[in-house]
Amino acid sequence: MSERVPRIEVGAEAPWVGFRTLLYKEVLRFWKVSFQTVMAPVLNAVLFLLIFSHVLDRHVTVYGDIAYTTFLVPGLVMMSLLQNAFANSSSSLIQSKITGNIIFVLLPPLSYREFYAAYVIASVLRGLFVGLGVLLVSIPFVELQLAYPLWVLSFAVMGGAILGSLGVIAGIWADKFDQLAAFQNFLIMPLTMLSGVFYSIHGLPQLWQDVSHVNPFFFMIDGFRYGFFGQSDVSPWLSLGVVGGCFVVLAAITLAMLAKGYKLRA
Amino acid sequence: MTVPAIRIASVTKSYGALKALGGVDLEIGQGEFFGLLGPNGAGKTTLISALAGLVRPDGGVLEVMGHDVVRDYRNARRNLGVVPQELVFDPFFTVRELLRIQSGYFGIRGNDDWIDEILASLDLTAKASSNMRSLSGGMKRRVLVAQALVHRPPVIVLDEPTAGVDVELRQGLWQFVRKLNRDGHTIVLTTHYLEEAETLCGRIAMLKAGKVVALDTTDNLLRRFATHSLRVKVGQPAAALALGGVEVDGGWVEFAFDSFAEVEQVLARLREAGAGVMEMQLGEPDLERVFIEVMHRV
Repeated sequence: MSERVPRIEVGAEAPWVGFRTLLYKEVLRFWKVSFQTVMAPVLNAVLFLLIFSHVLDRHVTVYGDIAYTTFLVPGLVMMSLLQNAFANSSSSLIQSKITGNIIFVLLPPLSYREFYAAYVIASVLRGLFVGLGVLLVSIPFVELQLAYPLWVLSFAVMGGAILGSLGVIAGIWADKFDQLAAFQNFLIMPLTMLSGVFYSIHGLPQLWQDVSHVNPFFFMIDGFRYGFFGQSDVSPWLSLGVVGGCFVVLAAITLAMLAKGYKLRA
Repeated sequence: MTVPAIRIASVTKSYGALKALGGVDLEIGQGEFFGLLGPNGAGKTTLISALAGLVRPDGGVLEVMGHDVVRDYRNARRNLGVVPQELVFDPFFTVRELLRIQSGYFGIRGNDDWIDEILASLDLTAKASSNMRSLSGGMKRRVLVAQALVHRPPVIVLDEPTAGVDVELRQGLWQFVRKLNRDGHTIVLTTHYLEEAETLCGRIAMLKAGKVVALDTTDNLLRRFATHSLRVKVGQPAAALALGGVEVDGGWVEFAFDSFAEVEQVLARLREAGAGVMEMQLGEPDLERVFIEVMHRV
């Protein structure tokens, strides 16, 4: 250590480096274990695809002439994307809290907004990686059209951001893995499974159609599917409004929690 | 006028009914090697956590190099390096990756020259590419020190850094921290090893139940509170006890006094009383005695 103690110059650091580093760390964290975080969910989705297409493809058509397996693929892509976006931020935060290494993120001069943005963007990226993986391995099985790519991308990014925010909330709130599993199994999983991943809600009794309309996951998947087929159960603009509204509300809640230091800064 | 490295004024913090900090006032000058001592639950870690922004105080002001840790948290944190008490690490990364990431959090890119220097100083160069999981406890402790230094903070806080650490590492760590202090870094140390604090720290604050109960230079504390002692093993313990001695372990009787000049008088009185001195030991004042004295007095 040849140098004398430095004088820290106010504002001397390059802007955004802290945020970009936290984002890089969060991406590197899931990428280093990509067999578990990317490959395994892709395999799960392919298994769903094989089983359901084998059982139902010859019996069910949707939106007139679309084969069931073709209909299923965007739903599976979005389901995998959403679940993995949630898993990313929630598991990263709870692991860091339980092992205590969250301190390394709390000691530096990172703002709560940078903290939020880094965790959520990393979640979106993992969701997109998994979603793209599911899409690529599905292509040999179906003839998939892509009517409106911008709609696909918008719903993918917003859905990932919503679940990434939910993951931040759950990861901060949960004190043990058991509580996080409850959040995932009793909230995220039922809302995803009952969102129209495997069916069009027009095939449901009226009561269940009405119930679906209060499930924001339904709008994420329906809007995402519209981008592929140009057809959907409800207007894509309505879905965009609901999904956008959900994101704004969840982002506000998460930012308020972080600003207050809830369970992070006692 | 030089700003203090750390200024703590009227800081309070409660957890429900428990008052962890009951109005702490403390000022630590730049370049000091400062000891923060106290029994478990005295509030040392809460105070350090408040300084580092990990705990939000209920009231009062905390500043690092003149920067308020709440209002001007970015500059306060840039000036502060904290070595946490717990042996925490991120199992996903190698030592070098971790130090690069930690540099980035502080807004620093291209920090490899400094990282290499820290690794060499802490004898970690050979482990730079090792995953954190594969390191021994002592090595992990050194990485924690390295992480606290990546942004070259002028103020370094070490929260019980030698708890559960072997003698060799402890010696090496103190050598390194002393060098940092000689280079001008302000060091704040909490430890339960009072010998370490006595040897290293120029000034010491003692905390009890969330309040500063003693604050002075180490020399002054030793002068003010500690007493010299004479321990004797005698043939007639009752005679020695009658002269004001206190029975201690193994049949020894101890006499306490302010200066060694009084030793002769004590020995003369023992001789007159026919106590029959067989063995004797002289005790220097030490910080452990000061600590016990202070904690009992207040």
